[in-house]
Amino acid sequence: MNTKQLTASLGLALALGTGATSPAFAQSNEQFIALADYRVGPYGANGQSFYGGFIDYLQYVNLKNGGVNGVKLTWEECETEYNNAKGVECYERLKGKNPTTKGTAYHVMATGISYALIDKTATDQVPLVMMGYGRTDAVDGTVFPWAFPLVTTYQMQASAIIKFLADKNGGQLNGKKIVFLYHDSAYGKEPIVAMQAESKIHKFNLIEIPVAHPGNEQGAQWLRIRQENPDYVVFWGWGVMNQTALKAAQKVGYPREKIVGSWWAGSEEDTIPAGPAAKGYMSATWNVAGKQVPLIADIEKVVYGAGKGNMQDPSKVGSVLYNRGVSAAVATVEALNTAQNKFGKGKVSTPVQVRWALENLNIDAARLKALGATGLLPDIKTSCEDHEGSGKVRIQQWDGTKWVMASDWIEGNRRLIHPLFEASAKQYAKEKGITPACFKG
Amino acid sequence: MFYREAGQFKTSYVADSQIFPIRQDRIAVCSVLVVAFGVLPWIASEYWLTAILVPFLVFSLAALGLNLLTGYAGQLSLGTAAFMAVGAYASYNFQLRIDGMPILASFALGGASAALVGIAFGLPSLRIKGFYLAVATLAAQFFVLWALTKFPWLSNNSSSGVITAQKISVFGVDVDTPVRKYLFVLGVVTLMALVAKNLVRSHIGRAWMAVRDMDVAAEVIGIPLMRVKLLAFAVSSFYCGVAGALYAYCYLGSVEPDGFSLDLSFRILFMIIIGGVGSILGSFLGAAFILLLPILLDSTLPAIATFLHLPFTNATVSHIQLMVFGGLIVFFLIAEPHGLARLWQIAKEKLRIWPFPH
Repeated sequence: MNTKQLTASLGLALALGTGATSPAFAQSNEQFIALADYRVGPYGANGQSFYGGFIDYLQYVNLKNGGVNGVKLTWEECETEYNNAKGVECYERLKGKNPTTKGTAYHVMATGISYALIDKTATDQVPLVMMGYGRTDAVDGTVFPWAFPLVTTYQMQASAIIKFLADKNGGQLNGKKIVFLYHDSAYGKEPIVAMQAESKIHKFNLIEIPVAHPGNEQGAQWLRIRQENPDYVVFWGWGVMNQTALKAAQKVGYPREKIVGSWWAGSEEDTIPAGPAAKGYMSATWNVAGKQVPLIADIEKVVYGAGKGNMQDPSKVGSVLYNRGVSAAVATVEALNTAQNKFGKGKVSTPVQVRWALENLNIDAARLKALGATGLLPDIKTSCEDHEGSGKVRIQQWDGTKWVMASDWIEGNRRLIHPLFEASAKQYAKEKGITPACFKG
Repeated sequence: MFYREAGQFKTSYVADSQIFPIRQDRIAVCSVLVVAFGVLPWIASEYWLTAILVPFLVFSLAALGLNLLTGYAGQLSLGTAAFMAVGAYASYNFQLRIDGMPILASFALGGASAALVGIAFGLPSLRIKGFYLAVATLAAQFFVLWALTKFPWLSNNSSSGVITAQKISVFGVDVDTPVRKYLFVLGVVTLMALVAKNLVRSHIGRAWMAVRDMDVAAEVIGIPLMRVKLLAFAVSSFYCGVAGALYAYCYLGSVEPDGFSLDLSFRILFMIIIGGVGSILGSFLGAAFILLLPILLDSTLPAIATFLHLPFTNATVSHIQLMVFGGLIVFFLIAEPHGLARLWQIAKEKLRIWPFPH
């Protein structure tokens, strides 16, 4: 009997699975956007804010403008749980849902998943967007035509943080001591090359201290920091590690005003749990928090006014990660706009067209103003050689209740960092037998 | 009735010692193979091939490896994912550093490297067993991941520790389309499953089972414990290593050390527990259960929710999926602690006497 049930359920699985993959009926005037996202799992809280913002903006474009030039946006989520294997499964599932758009452009917000998808998306000819994370040498579009680490990368961020610290010291860091405290993973290690290159130029003493995943025990590391007594700590933390670091710094009496975190170590999810220990802590960011940005206020009015908001906890609207999700959606919708301007307004864009648009993206100050997004994210101008398009961050500081801006937009040292990307991309091209060239679709 | 063996006479030793002594089994296995090799590549969609069948086969192979060690030789291990990582990284390095290295040789050498690491971490099994051994193999899990991030040479100095698999071709045929990848993985897995099936029927398998059932008794009847246990670790790690290489080259395309976390080891352990400890078929059934059920729930729950007009969000679906999944595992283990393979065995016995049960 049990076997029969088993066979029956397996048969059902087969039938349903096949059904799930048969392409959904493609509406003639709908732009289907695939969202391989996560709301549960180790970083679920971050995913909820990020993808909540993303979906809210898509909803906003539909409600306010009736879509992009009349093309309505539709989307479907697939839960990856921040797991690489699941991410690949989700990608394969969503890709087949709509044969015209193939999911438009993928934002997976996970370095591991984007690494796994880089080859697949290139073969399938679908754009993969990694805003502020991912395989950073994909900045070189001649080797990675389908991957876009838009806005800025870890290396440029590290360089910008050093610039910020140098500016505080009258332009030099000569003889200073800087600790680089990082999550011992792909994410934490990527900026090391940039930090080392900067330490040679600025002649500061760099001390690298790794923290093992998940980082909820940092006693030894902070003891060492107290002994070394560095001038600054550049902090590359993640998840639970961030609040632990702030509390540990307080315990050993290291001033938080001298710690500068990365943009994944600078959200309300990190500072609020740390309580008073977080006051004065600084972090980089490529998108501004708060509702003073007109676009965020308008989203709240239009989308939540219509009762169609995606956030279960609407008080998080305007948080760093929420606004980051909105920024990512803005980039996607602007790419659709750019694609339609070139290939025909009011038409559904194919992935090839979206790729072209992402490579010829030009979101300047005027465009940001028109969107009501002035100050939300830096201006972006991409090209075949530069899939990053900006490389700017701002430094924000936690005043005990909210993030306030501590600097204007700072651009990392492009002439130092971009050759590092090119060298790394060249090595990849050699391993894979790719001849670097600008894509002609 | 369906499994009537009446009339199937074995008149020679060869006939008596074939892998599947019952004709029905032979027919079933052959037809499964015919469908897998001849039919599925034509009818399965790209999604099925790349996102379901390939990972299913890869995890079946890893589960098979663990099953040889845990199910047959009785040595509990939590280092499966680490051995997979060794296989993946070693294959990558052999392919990268030696010009003109055939991919199959890379995979075999990757498996061999995993086997060596397996032997090293299997050494404690000579002194300790059960849970204690499981904790000792946990060291493999931590050590291998640490080594992969610590020594950048292993990942070709990639700044992030992530490797991307090279393009592969077998005997001049590029393995690049979903169908070819599937057929390649299927070929490797079929071959290795066949070898495993024969291995456990041979004197080696019998020695493993003797050690599993009572190692003192096994030693008394002259089985060299050290050799047998270490061989089990070597063979098992070899299987896991090849599975890791296939996982990197034919499924993900790029792997990072974090991908081979303890979590993956546990998943593979669950596969053999659900599928059936000490059974080749069980490895496949377990992998199917652990991999396919979440996907099935994922695609059916939202539909059910809309049908019942329940306000489900994506996150709720995920949570319900975890609960149902956990519940089913508990149910299965209570209903049949020996796993799905045992259920199949019971079914066969019932079919044999159908329609006259006692």
